[in-house]
Amino acid sequence: MEILSFGKIGWGDELFYATLMTIAVSITAMFIGFFFSLIFTPLKLSNNKFLNFIANSYTTVIRGVPELLVIYLFFFGGSGAIMYVASIFGYFEYIEINAFITGSFAIGIISGAYSTEVFRGAIQSIDKGQFEAVKVLGVKKHIQFFKIIMPQMFRLAIPNLSNVWQITLKDTSLISVTGLVEIMRQSYIAAGSTRDPLLFYSVAALIYLMLTFLSMKLVNRLEVKYSRGF
Amino acid sequence: MDFNIMATSLPKLLGAAAVTLKLLSLSLFFGLFIGLLFAILRLNKNPIINKFAYGYSYVFRGTPLLVQIFIIYFGLGQIEYFRTTFLWVIFKEPYWCAIIAFALNTGAYTSEILRSAFQTIKPGIIEAGKSLGISNKIIFYKIQIPVAIRQSLPAYGNEIILMMKGTSLASTVTLMDITGVAKYIISTTFKPIEVFIVAGGIYLIMTFIIHNLIKFLEKKYSY
Repeated sequence: MEILSFGKIGWGDELFYATLMTIAVSITAMFIGFFFSLIFTPLKLSNNKFLNFIANSYTTVIRGVPELLVIYLFFFGGSGAIMYVASIFGYFEYIEINAFITGSFAIGIISGAYSTEVFRGAIQSIDKGQFEAVKVLGVKKHIQFFKIIMPQMFRLAIPNLSNVWQITLKDTSLISVTGLVEIMRQSYIAAGSTRDPLLFYSVAALIYLMLTFLSMKLVNRLEVKYSRGF
Repeated sequence: MDFNIMATSLPKLLGAAAVTLKLLSLSLFFGLFIGLLFAILRLNKNPIINKFAYGYSYVFRGTPLLVQIFIIYFGLGQIEYFRTTFLWVIFKEPYWCAIIAFALNTGAYTSEILRSAFQTIKPGIIEAGKSLGISNKIIFYKIQIPVAIRQSLPAYGNEIILMMKGTSLASTVTLMDITGVAKYIISTTFKPIEVFIVAGGIYLIMTFIIHNLIKFLEKKYSY
């Protein structure tokens, strides 16, 4: 067990920091996903055929293409795209983007496609009467959304959002191919230098299990909190 | 946009699509049996058996597929004794390791899908069978299984698409499937967008075909 201890000999502290990295990437990706779904959910629900088409192509393409391929696109294409934009503004030096940002963006875009679908479903299952009542009462547009629609939407979306969170958490393991030191990458490094892959990948599996277990408990609490009065 | 690279990479990627399809069909085939087995174990009244089946599906659904492949491919080879058994013939090949990992993973999801399908079968159907004097075994094979399969078709269709995306992880254990070949072409030509469009297009066509196949089956077996 010395091999897993904290300190100079063991890999415990490295794995601990790697776990924090995984959590950080997952949360960042989830928020980037929310940002994307904030843009694409209204497009999906709009009556304009063209806007519908844009939103549908986003969710269909992202959900139909392997996550790993999207990550490779961002990993190899990310700095190229930034450099192209920079060259328009007259900056021609080599720019390298940080693996954390590339990774969170790639996973965030994937997570965004899933949460867009979740929010669309949630808004569509809010009772029609709520929208009509709000209109009749003459409530202002932004108050309508923030005070009436959004709270109800969240309550309906929480169970499915928890699935999206689990998918996002597990997808972060794929960023290890870009060299970002999260759980998988750290286990790979440790397995390589100690020649003990079985132990380290099993530990990695256990850490992921713990994370999914804890997030499930947390979501259950949220669900109770948001279901008050129902 | 470099159309030359798109044109030259298309045949290579189509060739790799055969590898992806082989991986997908074999793992779905074995996964269906594993799923059915564990769904039946889950419904068993014995708490030890059904806890075991629950634990299996919990572990495989709660960890990333990448970890599972790495444990099977890199981890199992480490056990000295394991390498002397006949199983080593299978486990030393990355191809079979990937299929075993995929089958176990999709088996866990499939068992959940089938379990919920079995549980939502209307009791009236089984009672009708019993009152007609049909034996329990035949009720299970001829009534419960077909009804459960019909009910789980939409969810299973999603699982097939998820598994198809999952096969891309085979590229991490040296297999040259679509993603593996795409990565190779990208890293030699540095044209990520062009290659992504072609490779992504092939995946999308496969998703489209699977989606419509499932829709067709749903219609055919609706009642």
